[in-house]
Amino acid sequence: MRLARGGDEGAYRQLLGHVAIWLRGVARRGLARAGLGVEDSEDIVQDTLLAMHLKRDSWDDSQPLEPWLHAIARHKLVDHLRRRGFRQQVDIEDQAETLAAPRADDEGSSLDAHQMLSTLPERQRSIVVAISVEGHSARAVGERLGMSEGAVRVALHRALKLLASAYRRERP
Amino acid sequence: MKTDQLISSLVADRTPPKPFGRRLTLSLLAGALISLGLFVVILGPRHDLAEALATWRFDFKIALMTFTLLLAFGFCRAVARPVAPPHPARGLLLAVAAMGVALALELIVAPSDSWGRRLVGTNSMICLSAIPFFSLAPLVALLAILRSGAPSSPALAGAAAGLLAAACGATLYAFHCFDDSPLFVATWYSLAALPVVAIGAVAGHRLLRW
Repeated sequence: MRLARGGDEGAYRQLLGHVAIWLRGVARRGLARAGLGVEDSEDIVQDTLLAMHLKRDSWDDSQPLEPWLHAIARHKLVDHLRRRGFRQQVDIEDQAETLAAPRADDEGSSLDAHQMLSTLPERQRSIVVAISVEGHSARAVGERLGMSEGAVRVALHRALKLLASAYRRERP
Repeated sequence: MKTDQLISSLVADRTPPKPFGRRLTLSLLAGALISLGLFVVILGPRHDLAEALATWRFDFKIALMTFTLLLAFGFCRAVARPVAPPHPARGLLLAVAAMGVALALELIVAPSDSWGRRLVGTNSMICLSAIPFFSLAPLVALLAILRSGAPSSPALAGAAAGLLAAACGATLYAFHCFDDSPLFVATWYSLAALPVVAIGAVAGHRLLRW
């Protein structure tokens, strides 16, 4: 995370990748324990990753990262379970020993991708699709759309914020 | 969207970090400036400010308000994060202790037949309305910034913002108020802060969820 703050994209990608795998386990166990189906677990993973990304400034870099990750994961899991009418103490700590268990299967969000992305304005949607699905760089996208790289990044940041709030609204 | 694809767009978003503490300070300053403007136009400082500064009661009042402001800032910043320290409100006890010492001193030096007059004062109704009024702009500014925070308890973060805003309003109002007795300050300033804290908690519960 410290490296990512310094602008190291590779380190950030690796961190988020590891966290996603861990979150997948946390989300599935949390849903299973609540007696719910695990098919929306990927929604929780993505919503939590978005929160971690957009609220990364709330991590105090003089403190260890892991408690912060745990706190956000717990908050989001509790939030999702509550929306499904499940109220009970949720403890992710006792699942921590399985933290490293790799589970790389990524099924994608059960919320239809087009439905989620369709909440975005046209230009932002094309930017997100170009960067995330097609894997272009911000600069390449900017050249194609006739925007500066900075403008692409600003639009991308706004789009991510909108996606995060879309997750909050679209869920049952 | 696949999670890996989402990660790609997160990685591509390199919005520079904005230190949360600094943004909170700036929002408090902005709110405080608006309140200061309102204060100068509507109430203004008391006309005998120079003499008042020479009395310990007035000086104590200002010092306590400033001290509370600093402590409330630390409290608010702490509970705006997902991982709050174990006892975020503990620092505030220092302000309560300082208040207690001043109360004891006042009860010793002031004749007992003047306690009632000192407690009731002359300004209590203005105090009860002015402190919440001058807290509004800071509260709005703080809540706006706290929306980018990640409080584990949104209601607590809102209440902390309310306390900080009330401390800000009370610091301004203290320059106007003629009632300097710690008996008055402990009673009416606290009562005036309560609705601001309550509004903050309710607003926080609704606005600061994430």
